[in-house]
Amino acid sequence: MYNGSKIILGLIIFLAIATFPFYSNFGKSAVMPSPSTDTPVINQLAKKECVMSAEYMKKEHMKVLDQWRDEVVREGKRDVITVGGRVFEKSLQNGCMQCHSNKSKFCDECHSYAGVKPYCWDCHFFREGGQR
Amino acid sequence: MSIDRRKFLKIAGLSGIGLGLSAADSLVKGKAHASEESSLPESGVRLALVIDIGKIRTDEDYKRITDACHSIHNVPSIPNTKHEVKWIWTDNYEHTFPDQTNEFIPHEMKEKRFLLLCNHCAKPPCVRVCPTKATFKRPDGIVAQDPHRCIGCRFCMAACPYGSRSFNWVDPRKYLDMNKTNPDYPTRTMGVVEKCTLCVERLARGLEPACVEVSNGAIVFGNLADPGSNVRKILSTHYTIIRKPAVGTQPSVFYVIGGGENAG
Amino acid sequence: MLDRALKGSKGYWTLVIILLGFIGAGSLAYLHQFNNGLGVTGMSRDVSWGFYISQFTFLVGVAASAVMLVIPYYLHNFKKFGRIVILGEFLAIASVTMCMTFIFVDMGQPMRIMNVILFPTPNSILFWDATVLNGYLFLNLVIGWATLHAEKKGVPPPAWSKPLIYLSIPWAVSIHTVTAFLYAGLPGRHFWLTAILAVRFLASAFAGGPALLILLALILRKYTKFDAGKEPIQAVAKIVAYAMCANVFLIGLEFFTAFYSNIPSHMHAFEFLYAHGNLVPLMWTSTILALLSLILIVPPKMRGNETILMWACIAIFISLWIDKGFGLVIGGFVPTPFDTVTEYWPTLTETTITLGVWALGFLVLTVLYKVAISVREELGTSGPPK
Repeated sequence: MYNGSKIILGLIIFLAIATFPFYSNFGKSAVMPSPSTDTPVINQLAKKECVMSAEYMKKEHMKVLDQWRDEVVREGKRDVITVGGRVFEKSLQNGCMQCHSNKSKFCDECHSYAGVKPYCWDCHFFREGGQR
Repeated sequence: MSIDRRKFLKIAGLSGIGLGLSAADSLVKGKAHASEESSLPESGVRLALVIDIGKIRTDEDYKRITDACHSIHNVPSIPNTKHEVKWIWTDNYEHTFPDQTNEFIPHEMKEKRFLLLCNHCAKPPCVRVCPTKATFKRPDGIVAQDPHRCIGCRFCMAACPYGSRSFNWVDPRKYLDMNKTNPDYPTRTMGVVEKCTLCVERLARGLEPACVEVSNGAIVFGNLADPGSNVRKILSTHYTIIRKPAVGTQPSVFYVIGGGENAG
Repeated sequence: MLDRALKGSKGYWTLVIILLGFIGAGSLAYLHQFNNGLGVTGMSRDVSWGFYISQFTFLVGVAASAVMLVIPYYLHNFKKFGRIVILGEFLAIASVTMCMTFIFVDMGQPMRIMNVILFPTPNSILFWDATVLNGYLFLNLVIGWATLHAEKKGVPPPAWSKPLIYLSIPWAVSIHTVTAFLYAGLPGRHFWLTAILAVRFLASAFAGGPALLILLALILRKYTKFDAGKEPIQAVAKIVAYAMCANVFLIGLEFFTAFYSNIPSHMHAFEFLYAHGNLVPLMWTSTILALLSLILIVPPKMRGNETILMWACIAIFISLWIDKGFGLVIGGFVPTPFDTVTEYWPTLTETTITLGVWALGFLVLTVLYKVAISVREELGTSGPPK
């Protein structure tokens, strides 16, 4: 083979880089996330209801947040959402987190499991445990 | 309060309707009226501030106003002036009105502090230059900034003739006590531009802008497009100036110069 | 054809490795900036654009200058430019690459760069600048590659390339005009608010770009087997001479308008740049080099001597780099909207990133020139033209 040794060396380097994600995580345990809704506000509710079904929110909460963001910031549509007599603000900090006051358990656990770093938290913040 | 609550709510309601109406309206009519002389929008709302400089006297007065804004909006205090973030701040006459000064103005005027903030111009250059519509004009006249959209190109900073825009050169959270921040309002992230929003979030709740609320009547807020509004009453009876009129941006922040006692 | 970039002399590889070293250093510096924000640069609330954007502005001019070879060759059938027109087109590719990289490293939120395309905003000049720059890069890549490929095969360039070549002429003018509009349309920035800014940009581009091209041709003659020939170089020198005269004249016009009108806001930036700011020594260096270069390049006897011509081109390049690659952007921000002075000087990080981007451009240029020269060596057309 013409230049065989160089080609084989190149292949080895390529494989070493391409498989990096696999062996770098090898042996590390990956605990299945179990986001919980165990917060004081939610526990008090007679009927645990969000703005959408839990199933929908699990998959599409980012789309809901995106839509709210554009409606509130860009279109000035700050109308509230009422579900089962409860009023929700279209807001991450003043909406979602009012009930889900357990960010590390409810948000972070899944996000780190899925390896996503939503930049929401670069600006929006939440102090664990409330103090409001 | 310099504006009664009922009237204020009327404005807030109007601005809500205005938002929808004028959007539909501008679609139909296009921008045929853009070159007309009047700076008043078809939405019937152009929110404005009138600042009576005679009514803000002590350093505490100024501090109360700027602190109110900066604390509720989680604006960091960055000691390095090159990296400062300012929504509302003070400066002297010469710096506030650089092309409307002369060497013989009264001493007290030279010493006087003036409040500076975004002018929410009727013809805002920052909106014109923004490549992503991160900065845009709402139908109620507010020049709004969507930090989610901003790419940090800083074209708007070059375009603003008033130096009203701040860029986050560094992580603002390093200069905020995150235990004392207002939990109802976000901070900003590194690499985006920000500025005064005329307290859109407070207007939506039927409150006046924070600076107006704590100004003891020195700052009056209202609808410039309504001839009966409080701001129009002051503008028609008092001599007011705006910053850099020659650049044609038509600021919505007016300064009452002299005879301040009767204003508001 | 690109495979020719993989086989080269020791000198070629040394240059490539040196450039890669600078690119590596620049990348590390950029990583630092990416993690810590643009606060690591010398820019500030008042001087919100600095080295990056001024390099971008300067390099748009270098890119546009390719048209100074394309017009004589393709429109006026000036055959002598046959050998070097490709050098101009490849220089344009390298320059536009640098322009885009400079815009990228200047952004506060580089990950959101696609927002410019996702939310197209025709009223923003930056949107148009992105459009014309990408278009110009595409045009030159296609034209340069197609003509070189045809040359290699010994056939005339494909028929479809002709319309593209003609299109590239107004397009080159457009990239620099649009770049001037980034500045010239801003209210309250008096230094930039001048109708002749686009013309000044073009004049300085048509002096600075071809001056760099002459220097590159001289370097190629010395270190490679490629010789552009004496006559084409002299023809380019004539273009540089005329354009530099126009450029100096246009700057003079700015001075006249500012100081005879005696309007303070029009004078302030000039006073800062030439009388009392931290850029004074640089700006005077630029002025002296500009005048000196005119003496060296305008008289035909002087520029006929290639050593003098070389020094004239060096003087022009440095002079224009200071004027446009530094003073123009900073001068526009000073005085500030508050009529105060905030000075600017790039930091080490900023300078390292800037050098890295320049090195990236020169690497692109080196590779492209290597390909073009190798092709000609194989054809036996790299020697001096008869």
